[in-house]
Amino acid sequence: MLTYIFRRLLAMIPLVLGISLMSFAIIHLAPGRPSNVDQSLNPKISLETRMRLEKLYGLDKPIHLQYLNWLKMMARFEFGKSFSDNRPVSEKIMERIPITLTINIISMIFILIIAIPIGIKSALNPGSLFDKSMAIAVFIGFCLPGFWIALLLMNLFCIQLGWLPLSGIKSLDFEYLSFWQKAIDLSRHLVLPIFVSSIAGLAGISRYMRSSMIEALSQPFICTARAKGLPESTVVYKHALRNAILPIVTILGLSIPGLLGGSVIFESVFAIPGLGRLFYEAVMSRDYPLIMAEVVLTAGLTMLGNLIADISYAYADPRIRFRKQ
Amino acid sequence: MSHLKKLPMIMVAFLFLSSVCAYPQDHGDAFVSGSISDARTLMPLLASDSASADACGMIFNGLVKFDKDLNLTGDLAQSWEIKDDGLAIVFHLKKDVRWHDGAPFTADDVAFTYSKLIDPDLRTPYSGDFERVRSFEILDEHTVKITYKEPFAPGLASWGMAIIPKHLLAKKDLNLSELSRNPVGTGPYKLKKWSSQEEIELSVNRAYFEKKPFISRYIYRIIPDESTIFLEMQIQGVDSSALTPLQYKRQTDTSFFKTHYHKFNLPGMGYTYLGYNLANPKFKDKRIRQALNYAVNKDELIKMVLLGYGKVADGPFAPQSWAHTSEVKPASFNREIAKELLKQCGWKDTNNDGWLDKEGQIFEFTILTNQGNEERVKTAEIIQKRLKDIGIRVKIKVVEWNVFLTEFIGKRNFETVLLGWSLPREPDNYDIWHSSKTKEGEFNFIGYKNEEVDRLLTEARKTFDQEKRKHCYNKIQELLYEDQPYMFLYVPDSLSAVNKRFRGIQPAPAGIGYNFIDWWVPKPEQKYRMLEN
Repeated sequence: MLTYIFRRLLAMIPLVLGISLMSFAIIHLAPGRPSNVDQSLNPKISLETRMRLEKLYGLDKPIHLQYLNWLKMMARFEFGKSFSDNRPVSEKIMERIPITLTINIISMIFILIIAIPIGIKSALNPGSLFDKSMAIAVFIGFCLPGFWIALLLMNLFCIQLGWLPLSGIKSLDFEYLSFWQKAIDLSRHLVLPIFVSSIAGLAGISRYMRSSMIEALSQPFICTARAKGLPESTVVYKHALRNAILPIVTILGLSIPGLLGGSVIFESVFAIPGLGRLFYEAVMSRDYPLIMAEVVLTAGLTMLGNLIADISYAYADPRIRFRKQ
Repeated sequence: MSHLKKLPMIMVAFLFLSSVCAYPQDHGDAFVSGSISDARTLMPLLASDSASADACGMIFNGLVKFDKDLNLTGDLAQSWEIKDDGLAIVFHLKKDVRWHDGAPFTADDVAFTYSKLIDPDLRTPYSGDFERVRSFEILDEHTVKITYKEPFAPGLASWGMAIIPKHLLAKKDLNLSELSRNPVGTGPYKLKKWSSQEEIELSVNRAYFEKKPFISRYIYRIIPDESTIFLEMQIQGVDSSALTPLQYKRQTDTSFFKTHYHKFNLPGMGYTYLGYNLANPKFKDKRIRQALNYAVNKDELIKMVLLGYGKVADGPFAPQSWAHTSEVKPASFNREIAKELLKQCGWKDTNNDGWLDKEGQIFEFTILTNQGNEERVKTAEIIQKRLKDIGIRVKIKVVEWNVFLTEFIGKRNFETVLLGWSLPREPDNYDIWHSSKTKEGEFNFIGYKNEEVDRLLTEARKTFDQEKRKHCYNKIQELLYEDQPYMFLYVPDSLSAVNKRFRGIQPAPAGIGYNFIDWWVPKPEQKYRMLEN
């Protein structure tokens, strides 16, 4: 098992290099220049000044040299400095991670807690009223545009009813609050963003759960278990569910890079300082070091997610485990 | 009877006095403004985005500033003299000014700021105006003399650049981000807290050299979505925000808004235009450009696009600026004149298909504009309709901003372009209109060339006499309107709302923010009391 993991890790190195090379080429081929150099259309900023800035940012060098410079930096685990404010890219990313991770993990848990029981219950009686109404409900949630539902909820809960704060992640007087007041303040601010970011995720998980559960329940070993006279709850939760949960594990593994991604739209609407907006703005202003850092981060996490999914697959399914050994 | 008659008068006088005295101008409270984007840096020499420039404006001062009527006045400078036939400016600095850390402000700080502005290793976009300086001399602790290579009138306004403290920054690399997050200035507010993408909190500088401002805190809340800012106003979460014409006219027409907010409709500092690529043979003839100008109804554009909140543009200067003249009358909306002019140039509908043609070619062109500006797209659509009425086929192309600049504007790859210029308070627009500024990446991207305009632009730069400069700029405005290198469309009003608890706001040609240090909130209405300091 360990050698298997080690081999997988080694194979990732050329993959990361390839991804970084391609991404580097693509962003530099995309039209446009970094905003601090040439995006403002301000007559006060003369052509000579802009050419001087280009040189100071190292953009006058041929593209392959720029890539090599970037690789040298990466070898020292440095991402360089952002073009837009000259702060280290790693610092800019680190300060956004806690809030993004918090929201994504909580909404992931929220999705699992709600979607898995819906999927199981639907699978036990396919075609029942519950199954059909849930299918409609989760798909409505999936189809609603996030920004629209967000604005409607903000209007209802924050303006009409006045129950919740509207935007941001903390109140202006946050630093004057006691610990518990701070906790309450934060959670009041996060209720709507988490709700809105979960609502679209229910459909996927609940439908996967339903179909894999139906498949599991139709297997011969379920028939055997029932024939043995096992209670229905043991049949469903011990025998069927353990088999049906495998695809969900795969999906969870694949959603690991998503934990550090964020939605630009709801981060903008709720004024949340998350990673989604950071990267979006980086792309819009052609902030190359920040874009590259994001590419590496996402690529790394995707591969890690795949690895974890494979390993947990092997762990959950004895056939895979034994074949590997 | 006689003193009974006087009684109401006395009462009125008493009431008047009491209304003034009952609320002496109270200190305290915070002003919360909603900002679409976070500041990038609070190092003013590096700040090129508007959010950074706004916050730097509260923390730092320049030597000069524009007053409420858009005239130059002293800021850190007490006064200035123009010497050596306009070659030199001598600034007499104020003597009692201190940095936020208590150190005195002197001529050394000005010299240091200058040396950094022309330092080739500093990533400042503002070096251009300062590279024209031949020598910088410190005459004494509070007097500096700046000599230019040749007389350069816009140079005076360029000293509105924020002055930075030498004693704190002398041996540091100003590109470093740590310094940009710990600004020390001379301004009315100092940085208290900056959480990236959340808020920038400024607290009052009690020792500000003009006077201690009344409002204790100035807080920028960063809310990237305009509709969220607007919703925040409905729970009074932000005290002030710019409004769109639709918000100004309809969405704020509620009793809640009227009770809690003052709305301001101020003359704008920018104009929208349709620029012709003058290298294109279709637009070479001035009569064609004049014809197109007659064919587009600017009042209609203002009514449809800005819901009436704007003025017809009559040239490249702000209507409230001293450089502007009302002598130039915008052309009327007249299709007959337009058709006649086009006919003179040979454009006629010979085959009765509804489109004008000449030598077998239909008159058609593309309007290019940038993505993300609804107003411009709507304007383009209305122009398209109006030109169709006289037989000209117009296509519209909308392109992402960054691509728009590098691939289309920079490379002159357009027929006409719908854009806007914001108008700096110093009216010099040499970079936009002079025929030498047509290289790739320069701002005369339409390729305009008029020797008379070139001469006047140069002349206006060489004299500090405002009357003479006004004369030049008035003439330039006249020539440009006659030549129509741009179809000057409209000047949108600047619309905003401020919470009613703020007193002392006096709208002026410069807007409302210029006298922020005079704004105050009566004690009973103060909202953020825990922020007292």
